[in-house]
Amino acid sequence: MRWSVFLRNPLGVAGLLVLLVFTVGSFAAPWLAPHDPAAVNLRAMQLPPGGEHLLGTDDLGRDVLSRLLFAGRISLSLALLVTGFAVVIGCTLGALAGFSGGWTERLVSLAADALLSIPALGLAMVAGAILRPNVLTLAIVLALVAWPDLARITRSQVLSLREQTFTEAAVAVGGSPARVLFRHVMPNTVAPLIVAATLLSANVLLVESALSFLGYGMRPPTPSWGGMLNEAQAFYRQSPWLAVFPGLAITFTVAAINFLGDAMRSASGGRGA
Amino acid sequence: MRRVAGLLPRLLLISLLLFGVVHLPRGGPADVYAADPAATPAAIERMKELWGLDQPLHVQYWRWVSRLSVGDWGTSYVERRPAMHVVMDRLPNTLRLTGAALLVGLVAGVGLGLLASVSRSAAVKHLARVVAVLGMSVPTFWSGAIVLLVFSSYLRWIPAGGMGTIGRPADFLDGLWHLAAPALVLGSVYVAQWMRYVQAGLDDVASEDFVRTARSKGLTRLQALLKHGFPNVMLPLVTVLGLELPRLLSGAMVTEVVFSWPGIGRLLHGSLVARDYPVVLGALLVAALAVVVVNLLTDLVYGVLDPRVRYA
Repeated sequence: MRWSVFLRNPLGVAGLLVLLVFTVGSFAAPWLAPHDPAAVNLRAMQLPPGGEHLLGTDDLGRDVLSRLLFAGRISLSLALLVTGFAVVIGCTLGALAGFSGGWTERLVSLAADALLSIPALGLAMVAGAILRPNVLTLAIVLALVAWPDLARITRSQVLSLREQTFTEAAVAVGGSPARVLFRHVMPNTVAPLIVAATLLSANVLLVESALSFLGYGMRPPTPSWGGMLNEAQAFYRQSPWLAVFPGLAITFTVAAINFLGDAMRSASGGRGA
Repeated sequence: MRRVAGLLPRLLLISLLLFGVVHLPRGGPADVYAADPAATPAAIERMKELWGLDQPLHVQYWRWVSRLSVGDWGTSYVERRPAMHVVMDRLPNTLRLTGAALLVGLVAGVGLGLLASVSRSAAVKHLARVVAVLGMSVPTFWSGAIVLLVFSSYLRWIPAGGMGTIGRPADFLDGLWHLAAPALVLGSVYVAQWMRYVQAGLDDVASEDFVRTARSKGLTRLQALLKHGFPNVMLPLVTVLGLELPRLLSGAMVTEVVFSWPGIGRLLHGSLVARDYPVVLGALLVAALAVVVVNLLTDLVYGVLDPRVRYA
């Protein structure tokens, strides 16, 4: 990736900045949040935004801004965790499939095809309903439905790199398959994989939000942004700010990641630039 | 025929996956009865025996799959009729919603892609892209809820959900009126995808010899691209369509819940809450089968449209 190209893309830079602000804000929530996110205050129920409660309060008088900051930790760390898991699973299987071919390739493709045939959200809904997940199990469930995309990209990258002259040269001078794969092939897949993983994390965030919105994600009292929208469902009409702010947080984050990924793709000379 | 047979391992793996998810160690079908305080241990045992839940897992799986293949998907615990009928009753509704959303996404996406590719103004290209990416970033369940809040609760312009006005015979206009909002909300997500494919494709094709020839005959850039470039770009979209379907169905599931649209997604949600496992499995199975069938069809259609890739 060329930084000079990236920095000239205003949308990409804006995406990066928004993402930084949201990440820092969420992870510094204990110090930044103006109120205790779980503090129930029955004398301050459903206050509109403004004054002491900048983004208003919910049906139990809890401060929306503080809850938003704390929920961001869950949403963002889940997105990061799931993407991390999916990269590990997807790259390993994809690289194996592309490099060794034969039965390994057929099995990996079969697994990826089968998983991709079942709508990811539906599968995650069932797993979420049955498992009553915590952060880790939820991350594993989402990673298990997310890896096939990365495996496909890794496989196709490895397949084309395997035919390159420098790979042939490395084999010709006696490099073991493992050495050729890790020293010569994989380093060349890093750039497209970073872009793919970035764009995947945006999708993961959307699926997790939908899952939590439907009530199959993290259980209360630990909300993610989607979970906040789920809790507030009955109060959208009286207190629209309960519907607006968590949704804006999701939209801004996902858009920021998408713009960032787009800019990174252009800067690394990919297609669709 | 060989292509159909080639799908067998995939179908088998799909069935294993679905069965595996539902029979995860906790909260499976057996626990539903155990959770009922009125159920005596003897009654639970009898229930398990009746449903075959006392058998080892591989026996249960085999029984499920062999019945599945002859069209016996089990009986809905809630509706007390074949799960297959329960699911199939809802399938047309989901198809109607996804079809309409697809149309919305295609029309807007192809239009924007064409605009971005043909226009020479950098501002237009930029704007088209920003709009498309923003559309892709909004969670449908949220935009759906906001649309309902503003246009149904406050302004009362659109219905609060469902497929038709209750107590009125179904007619086309009423159906369209109910379909419009969920289809627009769901379709907006896919605009960016289509736009990107169309724009990248047209940009590629614009430098091809046959487009230059067309230009030199005196056609404008727009005419040349529309007449000669467009068909070449639209062809791969058929494949993309098949690949995008699972995501579209995922989106439809949550959109259906928000708009009370009685399709597969809302059925899955309701059946999960009621722990109606035969219907849960049936709903996922139908969605997966739809994807497999559409993938097969797009492969075949592609072969018809583009003789270069015809299969032996």
